[in-house]
Amino acid sequence: MRRTAPTVRRRTAPRRISVLPLSLLLGVLLALSLLCGAGLGAAGIGWSEALRFLWAGLTGGTVPAHDAAAYTIVWEIRLPRVLLGAVAGAGLAAVGVAVQAMVRNALADPFVLGISSGAAVGANAVILLGALAGLGVWALSVSAFVSALAAMALVYAVARSPRGLTPLRLILTGTALAYGFEAVTTVMVFGAARGEATRSAMMWLLGSLGGATWAQLPLAAVTVAAGWAWLRLRAEALNALAMGDETSAALGVAPSRIRRELFLVTAAVTGTVVAVSGAIGFVGLMVPHVVRMLVGADHRRVLVVAPLAGALLLVWADLLSRLLLAPAELPVGVITAVVGVPAFLLLMRRGGDAFGGR
Amino acid sequence: MRLDIDRVTIEAAGIRLVEDVRLAVDSGAFVGLVGPNGSGKSTLLRSVYRALRPAGGAVRLDGDDVHTMDPRAAARVLAALPQESSAEFDFTVAEVVAMGRLPHRNRTAASDRAVCARAMERTGVAHLADRGFLSLSGGEKQRVLIARALAQQPRVLVLDEPTNHLDIAHQLDVLRLVRGSGLSVLAALHDLNLAAAHCDVLHVIDRGRIVASGPPHDVLRPDLLADVFGVRAHRVRHPVTGAVQLLFDLHPPTTT
Repeated sequence: MRRTAPTVRRRTAPRRISVLPLSLLLGVLLALSLLCGAGLGAAGIGWSEALRFLWAGLTGGTVPAHDAAAYTIVWEIRLPRVLLGAVAGAGLAAVGVAVQAMVRNALADPFVLGISSGAAVGANAVILLGALAGLGVWALSVSAFVSALAAMALVYAVARSPRGLTPLRLILTGTALAYGFEAVTTVMVFGAARGEATRSAMMWLLGSLGGATWAQLPLAAVTVAAGWAWLRLRAEALNALAMGDETSAALGVAPSRIRRELFLVTAAVTGTVVAVSGAIGFVGLMVPHVVRMLVGADHRRVLVVAPLAGALLLVWADLLSRLLLAPAELPVGVITAVVGVPAFLLLMRRGGDAFGGR
Repeated sequence: MRLDIDRVTIEAAGIRLVEDVRLAVDSGAFVGLVGPNGSGKSTLLRSVYRALRPAGGAVRLDGDDVHTMDPRAAARVLAALPQESSAEFDFTVAEVVAMGRLPHRNRTAASDRAVCARAMERTGVAHLADRGFLSLSGGEKQRVLIARALAQQPRVLVLDEPTNHLDIAHQLDVLRLVRGSGLSVLAALHDLNLAAAHCDVLHVIDRGRIVASGPPHDVLRPDLLADVFGVRAHRVRHPVTGAVQLLFDLHPPTTT
């Protein structure tokens, strides 16, 4: 018999939304948003026309010669851009979830490991100094990705210790090296004489999907999908790791090993996404939190919903970034911050306990 | 299942924390590990549930070395309640308990649910299933963690100071639950009287070495307690159970 009086609940039990209906809803919204993304834009192409071009593109049909310019805008410029936004958003959200569990810190995001700052060095070397000119249109992505890998190797080598990769060492190493990388970038920006190049560099640092092409999509999509699939398979191990290294070890998940794998996967996905879209902030920090508030902390559920939510957020953020000041474009990172910050603070104030403890 | 700690030595940063420790937990026995702060209790236990790899010696489950076994295979027979609690992610009680199923293969969602439900029934936390783990009291948390360990369906249970920060009723409650599980248990305990009342065998560890082993009434002698803990102890009998219990003086033992 329990003598204690029934405890008064300080707060109601966490409210959880079922994953299946939520995922279906987000999936439908995402599909509609992709259509919106392809249909809306500064060029003033009508809806029915845009849909007709999409249909023609999908089925390999033909369009009349006088529509060729409009078709190119919808099929060659808008559609890859919207799809790349979805891929990048999904990737950033999934990686955000994983990095937060890996370093057991709710304030972590995909960039805390210093990988995006490393990528920025490579990207700006191309934008500002004209490095790798021989690679043509691929120079930016290749340079960003290679320098992301170099940054990753450096962070890994420095953060390693006899006890493996501990959360604190990872965060401190990543943050410290990020400052170093940013210093290099800043020197390059200051040193650059050309105004337009500086603007491009700024755009890249804040993230932009403006350079999206069909050619970038397959590799980015495959990397994000493979990374996501791996994370989803490891969802239970992420749960164990989130409870602590000792608990994780006692449950048969060697923390140093899983953290090493996580580091490689998250770095590869982050590097790929950053290479094609720049350092788009806030998605990888906010989406994991919002999703945890909706479906709880269990990574088996969070990792299903978060990529959909991230894709949805980034598609709309990008759409707003090119519509608000059309024909000029804002960096998409500005929109994710402007939309995200108030939404985030509001949810946090209402979220209570679900929010990273007390 | 029998647990053998066989001449285990543990080092960290060149310092020897545990030296040549040998102890055994017979099948179904409740074995206690007592010692002052920093004596190596937690370190030794961490090598048992594979959070640390010993520099020398071996930890064996029915003869198999836990450090060469597949980690998940080891976790299927040995569960632990480590002394840590993360406050970063608010899992529900049901989710925390479900983590105990992680090492198992050939499981279905339905079988997992049944095992977890039974574990929560046994520890009396079924009514908390949908509560956030972080919102629980210390006693509730400990019962949930025991439920997680039971959901692991292990045969050996390792506990690192499971009664820390609990009031006396919850301390007794936790030890009763563990005792009632029928598992082979190795527990580090701070409270010597609780250890005396609940353990079949006690090992006293001091500066990384086992200095006494045996049934509580043989081990908890005033001279040993003076040596190891620096307190003056008086032995009395529990009026009901007859177990040896200790009363302590604040005076250092040298001032007799």
